[in-house]
Amino acid sequence: MDALTSFGSELFGVAWPAVWTLVRIVAIVLPLLLGVAYLTLAERKIIGFMQVRIGPNRVGPLGLIQPIADGLKLLFKEIIVPGSASKGIYIIAPMLAFAPALAAWAVVPFTDTLVLANIDASLLYIMAISSLGVYGIILSGWASNSKYAFLGAMRSAAQMVSYELAMGFALICVLMVSSSLNLVTIVQAQQSGMFAGYGLNFLSWNWLPLLPMFVVYLIAGMAELNRAPFDVAEGESEIVAGFHVEYSGMAFALFFLAEYANMILVATLTSILFLGGWSSPVGFLPDGIFWLFAKMAAVLFLYLWSRATFPRYRYDQVMRLGWKVLLPICLIWLIVVGVWMMSPLNIWK
Amino acid sequence: MGSLKDIVNSLFLTELRKGLAVTGRYFFARKITVQYPEEKTPQSFRFRGLHALRRYANGEERCIACKLCEAICPAMAITIETGQRDDGSRRTTRYDIDLTKCIFCGYCEEACPVDAIVETRVYEYHGEQRGDLHYTKPMLLANGDRYETQIAEDRALDAPYR
Repeated sequence: MDALTSFGSELFGVAWPAVWTLVRIVAIVLPLLLGVAYLTLAERKIIGFMQVRIGPNRVGPLGLIQPIADGLKLLFKEIIVPGSASKGIYIIAPMLAFAPALAAWAVVPFTDTLVLANIDASLLYIMAISSLGVYGIILSGWASNSKYAFLGAMRSAAQMVSYELAMGFALICVLMVSSSLNLVTIVQAQQSGMFAGYGLNFLSWNWLPLLPMFVVYLIAGMAELNRAPFDVAEGESEIVAGFHVEYSGMAFALFFLAEYANMILVATLTSILFLGGWSSPVGFLPDGIFWLFAKMAAVLFLYLWSRATFPRYRYDQVMRLGWKVLLPICLIWLIVVGVWMMSPLNIWK
Repeated sequence: MGSLKDIVNSLFLTELRKGLAVTGRYFFARKITVQYPEEKTPQSFRFRGLHALRRYANGEERCIACKLCEAICPAMAITIETGQRDDGSRRTTRYDIDLTKCIFCGYCEEACPVDAIVETRVYEYHGEQRGDLHYTKPMLLANGDRYETQIAEDRALDAPYR
């Protein structure tokens, strides 16, 4: 690594830090996009399996080239701009949806040291950036000048605002117990504890003492992503496809990429915040990036599983769940955790 | 205390977990997909596919131009014109079936007094141009000649039920 740094600074001179950052960004974004591509295949396969089908298996062995074929198809399709659309916003909206989905990865740690920017406010940064994604959706719905797109955008906006609250409270509980906004520190805080002393590390992770918050975070995450059963913003049987009805080709693909990149992001955050990130579940196995990926895969599988299982919530039920169920649960558990931390039974010292 | 039970059930996601268990079980179930070009589902001998006009064993066409099939066809897919052949028998001069109109109900087959028009088991045919699926008399007779063994076999299998 040192040799690489010295070689790079010789070759590029003062431009080296920028080049090196760029290289690291590419090293994160490329696997991410590949992950997105294969997440779509995994989704089709898993949902197919749950419906007693076998899913795509024609393009390449086991259908493994299918995502590439889909991507190429979208790449070569024409981007149609509706005559009455607001052109500038219409073109910018998919980028606005996609950019935050990538930007959030800047602070996501993969191991103690493997992180693009290890900043102290990384959780705050992620909250801020991921909230920006909704602008792409709202603007696309508005700029399309189509009633279905507009309805989808409005629904999505209301849903995001409602569930951001529940999600935020779930995160506050995590903050309280690890007393840090730094994701690396949050993971490290989960690596010690009473059960970790016995070698049962997975019982020391945040999911157990914060179980209600973990469930709330999973549900709110699903809603935040506009995934089934909370996909009222798309709702293909009611409002055709919601905010992206009018989009085609690569513009549509960007929305698609954004949705799946966000899925992976939320799965990663769930793993980091509640499932101990890269720490191994038992004491005698070494920690490593492998555990993080395994946990992400498990959470993603849960999302796909839910999509294969649950029917879509009605719009008012989505709002009821967010405001009348999840939010009160969050507030109550916030108080419980607060009291717990002040009591002699505090386990997070 | 029904409502309390409901609240507890919804808080612990009881129903949702049951639902997940069902889909989870089916994830490992045997897949029933038929991989079409390689695998095919079994066919009944009453399968109604592509039409054919049959001949007698001596090579004489069965159709006597009674027009019953044309009359019964609910989709009006059959067009028949008749004329006298040189030997004085009544024959069709035109027998067209528009397969794009046909609904494969099998009424023509039922109406036919001489078992001339039949529907075969063939379902893998296609047209690439407008008019390709407009079958004329020679085409239908050719179908009959081509699939006669299968057609005769299927009629024989069906005979005990008539």
